[in-house]
Amino acid sequence: MREWANLEIIEDAEGAHRVAVSGPLTISSIAVIDQQFRELEAPVAAFDLSGVTDMDTAGAWTVFRATRRLDASIEGASETLSDLIDTVASAASEAPIRPVRQPLMNRLFGEPGRAVMDMLAGVVNVVGFLGAVLIAVKDIIRHPSRFRIKAVVRQFELVGVHALLIIGLMSFLIGIVVAQQGAAQLQQFGAEALTINLTGRLATRELGVLMTAIMVAGRSGSAFAAQIGTMNLTEEIDAMRTIGVDPVEALVIPRILAAVVMMLLLGFYAIVLTIIGGATISALTLGIPFDSFLLRIQEVVPTYDLWVALVKAPVFGLIVAIAGCYQGMQVEGNSEEVGKRTTMAVVQAIFAVIVLDAFFAVFFTELGWA
Amino acid sequence: MTDRDDLIYEVEDDATDFIPELYRGEYPIVVEGLINQFGDFRIHDDLSLKVKRGEILGVVGGSGTGKSVLMRSIIGLQTPREGHIEVLGRAITGAHGSDGIDIRSRWGVLFQGGALFSTLTVGENVEVPLKQFYPELADDLRKEIARYKVLLSGLPEEATSKYPSELSGGMKKRAGLARALALDPQVLFLDEPTAGLDPVGAAKFDRLTRELTDTMGLTVFLITHDLDTLHSICDRVAVLADKQVIAVGTIPELVAQDHPWIKEYFGGPRGRAASSAYEKP
Repeated sequence: MREWANLEIIEDAEGAHRVAVSGPLTISSIAVIDQQFRELEAPVAAFDLSGVTDMDTAGAWTVFRATRRLDASIEGASETLSDLIDTVASAASEAPIRPVRQPLMNRLFGEPGRAVMDMLAGVVNVVGFLGAVLIAVKDIIRHPSRFRIKAVVRQFELVGVHALLIIGLMSFLIGIVVAQQGAAQLQQFGAEALTINLTGRLATRELGVLMTAIMVAGRSGSAFAAQIGTMNLTEEIDAMRTIGVDPVEALVIPRILAAVVMMLLLGFYAIVLTIIGGATISALTLGIPFDSFLLRIQEVVPTYDLWVALVKAPVFGLIVAIAGCYQGMQVEGNSEEVGKRTTMAVVQAIFAVIVLDAFFAVFFTELGWA
Repeated sequence: MTDRDDLIYEVEDDATDFIPELYRGEYPIVVEGLINQFGDFRIHDDLSLKVKRGEILGVVGGSGTGKSVLMRSIIGLQTPREGHIEVLGRAITGAHGSDGIDIRSRWGVLFQGGALFSTLTVGENVEVPLKQFYPELADDLRKEIARYKVLLSGLPEEATSKYPSELSGGMKKRAGLARALALDPQVLFLDEPTAGLDPVGAAKFDRLTRELTDTMGLTVFLITHDLDTLHSICDRVAVLADKQVIAVGTIPELVAQDHPWIKEYFGGPRGRAASSAYEKP
């Protein structure tokens, strides 16, 4: 059972009120008496602290605040108690705890305005970032010894090799879904055999690369943003600059290179596994033998479908890497910013990939690669 | 007036089960037979230490002698391999039950870099422990406590609503101290509080620590490399070496010892300069 501070109001001979406080006056025991102090009404002549057993600064504060408001005096306080009260009195402050909010009208127009300006500034920053990347590429070409082969290989491993299992599994399952659902619809026309065309062309032209890009954005784009962002917070990037290492050269270029090259390979790998997934389900449920499914693929999928995929893949990789690295470099301030920037990196990357995919679809069809 | 019984009832429902009395024993911190080991490397081997109530105990030792690990063991962040640790009469090692909650409301910890919550303002940082342990406090009171604690730690008023990223290193330390003092703790742990401060700022911080210790009746466990801090505010100094506390005592007592590291520490050029500066008055 907790012991609370007690309060008693005594009226003396002249009709003045005196407040007698007793018990411990510490942070764990003042919740109730604080409320009572706040409700006291003038006139109160004095606070009698002779019954107080313990006091800390929080207790001293409540007494100080009440005496200040009621303009009352303090009686019966031991030396330690009055020292404590003097200490908190010297530190009394009215400062706001949160930054002061702007008036409503300022915020109403100010915030959309700031959002627009931020967006414009963002565009300028991205262009600036691309410029920095191009300069770094130029520097590396002029001084090939500055090319960080080990960092690049390490990123190849993180972006590519470590993603093999999850991307393979995902593609295989997508192949199964497309073939199985496609067959269910095509059966109505007695055209189950066209399942092969559906699976093969869809996987090659669209799904393989697109799904891989989304997966790489989620796995590696976010990792780029979070890692570079944290390095920014801990001043590692500033440290690099001061010893003459260009962070774009050391951090961004290897990641972009890894994402571009690995997207190309992972995209192709995803296409192959999607087709294998389709072939597997066809062999099991449609009665199309596995071998003939694969043979048929060669006939129904034109070579240019593969070119479409292999053109798109590195572009998507580039977008994912740039979004991740750019957002990482923009981190400043606190740890919340790292999370925010990481989210933005993934969302922007996936959005840009899908918009570009739509553009590519129209573009290649116009080229005659329909 | 508020019906007092109502409020008490309401409070008891969600308040922590038990708030310990002020500790009146002699040794708020007791460490016995502490063994800490990382892999094959033993950092502490049968280390024992007692901190007296109301004193500022300086803890010194070369880099890597496990000063911070000792502090982390005492505050329960590092589970030692063996040994017994008591803070304010309660065991830290072994049982980590509801007991742990109470004791944490009676100590304050200042980490080396301040370790402020970066998404909260300084004032809100101070409010966090108050909200955690004393949810029954009125919002107004909690805010007032946060405000005066900020000023008490020597920060200007404007700092209350600033975010840690807007503060200098020294101000972060002060803000960290404000948070450590939020609950009016009985024991204060300071990990290199003056490291990275300019001499004037460091001296001010030392004076502040001493003042707060005296007015608030704190017991302070202070890790430091700063000889000035040791001379000016520490009541006793504990020396960590050879995986143990090899000596505890006032500086003159330590200087009289003939352990090579202590001799080098207090007898080296910096040690001599600091001691001569404090001998005169």
